[in-house]
Amino acid sequence: MTSVSTSPQFKSNVQQALHDTQLQKALANVRHTVIDRRAVAAAALPEFEELRDQARDIRNHVLEHLDLYLARYEQKVVECGGHVHFARDSREACNIITGIAKARGAKTVTKGKSMVSEEIGLNEALERAGIEAIETDLGEYIIQLRGETPSHIIMPAVHLNQEDVEQEFRRQHRHLDSARNLDDAETLLAEARGILRDKFIAADIGVTGANFLVAETGSSIIVTNEGNGDLTQTLPKVHIVVASIEKVTPNLEDAAAIIRVLARSATGQDMSVYTTFSTGPRRTDDVDGPEEYHVVLVDNGRSAMIGTEFQDMLRCIRCGACMNHCPVYHAVGGHAYGWVYPGPMGAVLTPSLIGVDKGGHLPNASTFCGRCEDACPVRIPLPKLMRHWREREFERHLPPLRFRTGLAIWGYFARRPRLYRAATSMTMRALSWLGRKRGHLTKLPLAAGWTDHRDFAAPQGKTFQAQWKKQRRNQGRKRS
Amino acid sequence: MSGARDQILANIRRSLGAAENNKVRQQAVDARITAAKPGIEPARGQGSLEQRVAVFVEQAQAVSATIARVENISDTPAEIARYLRDHNLPPSLRIGADSRLGKLQWQGAGLEIARGPSTGTDLNALSYAVGGAAETGTLALVSGPDNPTTLNFLPDNHIVIVDAAAIAATYEGVLARLKDRFGKGNMPRAVNLVTGPSRSADIEQKLLLGAHGPRRLHIVIVNAADGTHAQ
Repeated sequence: MTSVSTSPQFKSNVQQALHDTQLQKALANVRHTVIDRRAVAAAALPEFEELRDQARDIRNHVLEHLDLYLARYEQKVVECGGHVHFARDSREACNIITGIAKARGAKTVTKGKSMVSEEIGLNEALERAGIEAIETDLGEYIIQLRGETPSHIIMPAVHLNQEDVEQEFRRQHRHLDSARNLDDAETLLAEARGILRDKFIAADIGVTGANFLVAETGSSIIVTNEGNGDLTQTLPKVHIVVASIEKVTPNLEDAAAIIRVLARSATGQDMSVYTTFSTGPRRTDDVDGPEEYHVVLVDNGRSAMIGTEFQDMLRCIRCGACMNHCPVYHAVGGHAYGWVYPGPMGAVLTPSLIGVDKGGHLPNASTFCGRCEDACPVRIPLPKLMRHWREREFERHLPPLRFRTGLAIWGYFARRPRLYRAATSMTMRALSWLGRKRGHLTKLPLAAGWTDHRDFAAPQGKTFQAQWKKQRRNQGRKRS
Repeated sequence: MSGARDQILANIRRSLGAAENNKVRQQAVDARITAAKPGIEPARGQGSLEQRVAVFVEQAQAVSATIARVENISDTPAEIARYLRDHNLPPSLRIGADSRLGKLQWQGAGLEIARGPSTGTDLNALSYAVGGAAETGTLALVSGPDNPTTLNFLPDNHIVIVDAAAIAATYEGVLARLKDRFGKGNMPRAVNLVTGPSRSADIEQKLLLGAHGPRRLHIVIVNAADGTHAQ
């Protein structure tokens, strides 16, 4: 029941994305805004780098003791009058949630933005159970109307332009005057606000995700800007939190410490507008809040990542900085990755969760420029983890024969340095001679994948190794 | 689904190579929960009460909250009446059962008061914050009959009173206040940390205020909550 993946068709997805002019226009918004915003926020806090180390250490400590923190968290939620459900996979998680909804005769469910609910395919499951699921985050609402999935983990509609939103609202909000003015973003927001306000009030159940689960107090924490998550969990009779098992944090102070790097890395805000700690259902003297509080803890392959080279990936706090800084994401957008999690974090997580046979293209879609690791608030070595996947994929003979033969030939030379040097310097001389007139080559045998799209610069001078040797010699002479 | 629970926990233990009921691991976890490891607290916002308030004001204004400062709690009705008038808003206000608010002279300021949780029909609401964090201009509000959570999200204009003395330098300072009030390890049903009015940038990354929560956030800082000056 895990949401359907088009990751195996990554290459054709990419072709489509590169030729989609509307998408390319929208992606310019990522390239030109979020990187600068994060840099400004990070520079304004002298302790930022130390805080990143601290956040990494907290997450590592949690993963090393995850079983115990989960047990403690569960105990605390129950003490506060809540219910905890464990789900091994997507199917179990969806069954638990639809089960709760059906038992209460629920007709509509409002939802705060939750990536794990996308992962388990919750909306489809609710629909099959005859229950309407309404996304309430503005971006999520827009893409739900369009029948799309999020293209970014914190900016789900980042692939769209304002005119796409206007068009969709005109198509869907038929009860409103067709001649109304929807020329600016404020009007679009006001229209969505008005429509969703009624949905919040009418909903039987509210489902949210969680940025953190606190073992000390049994609290779930959501971090949002719009306030939709809070309306989702405050107004209906039942609040269901769906979270993956690694979200647990020892105590409130640890959560606060990670919150300091979360918004700064995600949107470049110092702090998101609403950080809400929810602990159990309505208390006896409460005049508002849900009467029932449930938490569904989803494993879905994560417990098997612990103890492997991919354990570091579970430190992830879902800020999206890696995709914001990724040149591949900037070029193709999130949908090309074909599953819930795009960008560098998705390139590592997707093969872990749905299998390298399906997600194997993704770790190959990287230039290894390292910007993702530089920006990651919990210092996940994303390029290294993508390389691990490439190795596993190679071991399993999953890449095409031509690719494997090429690598094997390269490997033969690379293990014989003398031969390697002779071959590269010969190739260099040949390429340099071939490109001597124009300084570049427009066609190369076996490298059409490169030269079809851009020219190959003709080598100038000697190989790197030869130049390095010469420089070392010269330096030695200067010193003596 | 206890089967799922036990299997997931057993899988984690197997992956970590840890035995069940390992005392050393359990002690590490207990110790961490009982006494939080002292972490890095930013220098921003640290200092005397006046310095903390100054940073709080600067940070809150940077995220589009507006600020007023009054000497006594008894000055707040007049300030709120002024704010509503200046923004062309009706002189009506919803409040919870907080006795500090209940005893104020609302009628004298020309304000009409409604009490209890909001059902979504109110334009203006007033809450009393439990504290604030200077580092990011953040307010802390707790659920309960005194200041119902719906007041923080449903009305268009949210006005929040906070005592100057309750403004801590950092989030840790706010958490310490919560611990004093509710006891270590205990939390009220909801704690809302609020930093500016609601916003969204989901349409072309343009920042717009008033997404689903309040369009405006007005903070009234009270110098002397109970008639005496805080240090």
